[in-house]
Amino acid sequence: MRLTIEHTTRYSYDQPQRRISQSLRMVPASFEGQRVLDWEISCEGGTIGAEFTDGAGDEVKTLTVSGPVEQIEIVVRGTVETADTTGILKKHKEVIHPTVYLRDTRLTDPDGGIRVIAATARDSYPDDQLGLAHELARQTAERVVYTPGTTDQDVTATQALEAGMGVCQDQAHVLISLARCAGLPARYVTGYLHSTSDGASHEASHAWAEVFVKDIGWVGFDPANTCCPDERHIRLGSGLDALEAAPVRGISFGSGEETMDFSLSVSQTSSQSQQ
Amino acid sequence: MAQSVVRWGMTKRPDFFNEMIDGGSIRPAYQKITQWFDSQGEETLALKKAEAETLFRRIGITFAVYDDTGNTERLIPFDLMPRVFTEREWSTLERGVKQRSRALNAFLWDVYHRGEIVRSGRIPADLVYKNAAYEPCVAGIAPALNIYSHIVGTDLVRTGLDEFYVLEDNCRTPSGVSYMLENREIMMRMCPELFRSARIAPVDGYPDMLRKTLHEVAPVKCDGEPTAVILTPGAFNSAYYEHSFLADQMGLDLVEGQDLFVDGDFVYMRTTRGPQRVDVIYRRIDDSFLDPLCFRPDSMLGVPGLMNVYRSGGVQICSAPGAGVADDKAIYTYVPDMVRFYLGEEPILKNVPTWRCGEQDSYKYVMENLADLVVKEVHGSGGYGMLVGPASTKDEIASFAERIRKNPHNYIAQPTLALSTNPTFVESGLAPRHVDLRPYCLMGKEVRLTPGGLTRVALNEGSLVVNSSQGGGVKDTWIVAD
Amino acid sequence: MLSRTAESLYWTSRYIERAETTARLLEVAYRMSLTPNSSGGHANEWASILAAAGVTATFAETGQEPDAENVTKFMLFDDLNPSSIKNCIRSARENVRSARPALTSEVWETLNGGYLQFNELENGRASARELLPMCDWTKSQAAAVRGSFESTQLRNEGYDFFNLGYYIERADNTARLLDVKYYVLLPTIDMVGGGVDQYQWSTLLRAVSARRAYHWTYSGDYSPEKIAHFLILNPSTPRSLLHCTEMIDFHLSRLARASGSRSLANRQAMTVYGNLVETDIRSIVSDGLHEFLTDFIAEIRKLDEAVNRSYLFWGQ
Repeated sequence: MRLTIEHTTRYSYDQPQRRISQSLRMVPASFEGQRVLDWEISCEGGTIGAEFTDGAGDEVKTLTVSGPVEQIEIVVRGTVETADTTGILKKHKEVIHPTVYLRDTRLTDPDGGIRVIAATARDSYPDDQLGLAHELARQTAERVVYTPGTTDQDVTATQALEAGMGVCQDQAHVLISLARCAGLPARYVTGYLHSTSDGASHEASHAWAEVFVKDIGWVGFDPANTCCPDERHIRLGSGLDALEAAPVRGISFGSGEETMDFSLSVSQTSSQSQQ
Repeated sequence: MAQSVVRWGMTKRPDFFNEMIDGGSIRPAYQKITQWFDSQGEETLALKKAEAETLFRRIGITFAVYDDTGNTERLIPFDLMPRVFTEREWSTLERGVKQRSRALNAFLWDVYHRGEIVRSGRIPADLVYKNAAYEPCVAGIAPALNIYSHIVGTDLVRTGLDEFYVLEDNCRTPSGVSYMLENREIMMRMCPELFRSARIAPVDGYPDMLRKTLHEVAPVKCDGEPTAVILTPGAFNSAYYEHSFLADQMGLDLVEGQDLFVDGDFVYMRTTRGPQRVDVIYRRIDDSFLDPLCFRPDSMLGVPGLMNVYRSGGVQICSAPGAGVADDKAIYTYVPDMVRFYLGEEPILKNVPTWRCGEQDSYKYVMENLADLVVKEVHGSGGYGMLVGPASTKDEIASFAERIRKNPHNYIAQPTLALSTNPTFVESGLAPRHVDLRPYCLMGKEVRLTPGGLTRVALNEGSLVVNSSQGGGVKDTWIVAD
Repeated sequence: MLSRTAESLYWTSRYIERAETTARLLEVAYRMSLTPNSSGGHANEWASILAAAGVTATFAETGQEPDAENVTKFMLFDDLNPSSIKNCIRSARENVRSARPALTSEVWETLNGGYLQFNELENGRASARELLPMCDWTKSQAAAVRGSFESTQLRNEGYDFFNLGYYIERADNTARLLDVKYYVLLPTIDMVGGGVDQYQWSTLLRAVSARRAYHWTYSGDYSPEKIAHFLILNPSTPRSLLHCTEMIDFHLSRLARASGSRSLANRQAMTVYGNLVETDIRSIVSDGLHEFLTDFIAEIRKLDEAVNRSYLFWGQ
């Protein structure tokens, strides 16, 4: 599937800022099932520099804007060719050891409830890590009902499980927490999602989880759509949790309030029109 | 000579190796200094001691001790009696420290790349990759010359004539080097005649060597003469004196996070004439405060975007972020294995036998023998969170046992070593006090080591804790010709 | 030079100068409190030094009477009073700590030694009774710092920022002091004459350590116009507004030469200096001394902002 992305993020400040610095994780990598045909990030009035590929295989860029500045707009445009690899991340270049992804963070720290679910599932699948991962993903979708609009960046996995509902971020955190408790490395993945006409999928700006399964490698699970990522998913980057994987981490120097809004379209294009 | 030994009060305490006395007589290395002290007379000595203290206070060598009321400035006690090594003793230590520093750096490069030492089964993956000091964000990133820890401070203790042990490694930002330099300055003012007659290896080349090292590790993107700076948390940090001292000695700017900013591919400092590019940052702040966009989002000390510039090769940070995994107390036990694995050599310096409380058998042994052991927190530093069994009450041991029970992985235990003693001025005159040694090894294009180091002394009688925050003092350290 | 270092040097000298000013004000108040005024009682000089230091409101918050004991303690040791000698010394020391690498060890040792000594003096519970020794001590400390700076410091940017701080603070302090006392310099007072006013004038001069210098310059006669001239427009008075602005312009010009470009601060300093050069004392008095001083204080504040904007760069 050939997908074209147009993504504009706007940050506005009610008072001029002296300086804005942002770390952007907004470039998809190419691997089996995902080939980047063209990709471009721009920000008028800002400088994009200090680019590198990190140990998880994500390309990171740095945006700096010298003030006084009251508004910036980050524009991302690109085309990606995708294919279904049954959720398995293949030929993705990365050097971080999977064991790293057994670490808990503030957002994924498990409590008793999570530990019990993880232990029970593990007992049911003693020698089948893939089966265990699927079981945990199923439990997550069932116990944390996907409910758009209930967003709070700071909800932890335990809080989400207690609430019994949440957005894709909350579901991913719960799944990650469960997997780590069950001894499987797991991480948070951000990306874009192409909505098909049947309305089965939800947000275009999306997040899911990957679980490391012995002898197979990283396998994606998208609890919001009760599926594994397929040709509708574009994978942007990963991290231990939503904070670490965030497409934009930024800070601005100055007083006043920041507001963010964005527009995003993920559309299918025919192969011919791209040439 | 025997008479002098009695006057020095050194005939007691046979349980510990005495660095000055050998079977009732004074070792050759110590003869000149003891003769000098003998010739001074009590009053002159008292005067000298007072003068040394005044000098310290005037120069402003203070450190902050953390207590309930916040920071208070204190003076670090300086002892006039130096600690003396012969060249022969030193050459073994030197080779050992350099060897260890090379192995630690090889380990760091390895675990941030393919992790061969883990793949080979020599170190458990959990210990490295789940370690809080391991920074996944620098995996796959190669610092200039593949060096992570540019200044390695190795804490050594002695238990016999040729018996040295490494107590711990400090790969992040070992402090105390300013005391090494200032102690020497003061000793040279106190007894110039000794420096004229005895051949004492100079230590004042250290700032030049450090400056050279910093320049050698400039990043690839630096095309001219590199600009190096020292990054400090600020004037309220306990080691601020040292930061400003080193900046002064090396002629580098001493910057705080607020002085630096990222623009495009590089880091700049704000100067009265506009932005100036910075190539090498000798940082004296912890990893987690370097950059709020990479580590703690709430940190006000750091520079947003710094880590991205570092990872893209626009600036070198010394020591490299993530270097702390090599001096973790749980990793410590594997350092001899590192020496064999990376260098194909036998370790010259020994480790102290260590029990990892996270392991079943060790845990059992430790809990049964707490009264005889020293127990340390794996991630603790500065002598805090530590139990010295033989010096603790039953209640203290019991409450510490409870802490270990709750989180055994967080503790290691070691036997109480019979630390060597060195004569030290105390209220009642001279008395033996336990000492350790921290030499500073610099890693650049060459491995460099200043002849000497910082000798720390536990001023309380019988105490084995030499940390300045816990009643420790310092001494000058001499390497003299055999 | 790091902008932050320049800023620290600038504030170090400002605080030292402020400490000295506070000490002088206290001395004057003490002297006047020993002398009966025209209405037969004792002059309440204590309230007026609070005004001169710009801390009347801060003092009012303590709810105390502005008498000798309270004002002395407040101006010497109060933690909440930004102009207390204790706070000035502490702030100067914090700034100097942060600028340490830019200073010679002589300057650092002098200032740090003074700080340690002050702590001992305070612990010795120096009270109002030891007011004069405390004032003497402060003045000699300020002179020692100044002296070690002048004799050991390189004539680089740091030298200029340090001196800028001195002269900007001094110009501001002299203007404030004059403003508090401007009524004794009005022509009507001149006509009234009388011993007490003579005495007010002489203490005003004492407050800037210039009583004898005045007599040398104007051969003894007190007249409000001469005093105003002496403190505002006489280029040889070390604390006159004219001398201070001349020196501010001098140091800013040195900075401009070294960097090869003139800054906003250069232009502002030229304006302030030019205004002083072009006026004379008669028109200052006839147009209103108080208004003149209010304007001048505002211009100095603008100059301080311009220095910040031009060199200390927070907005970069």
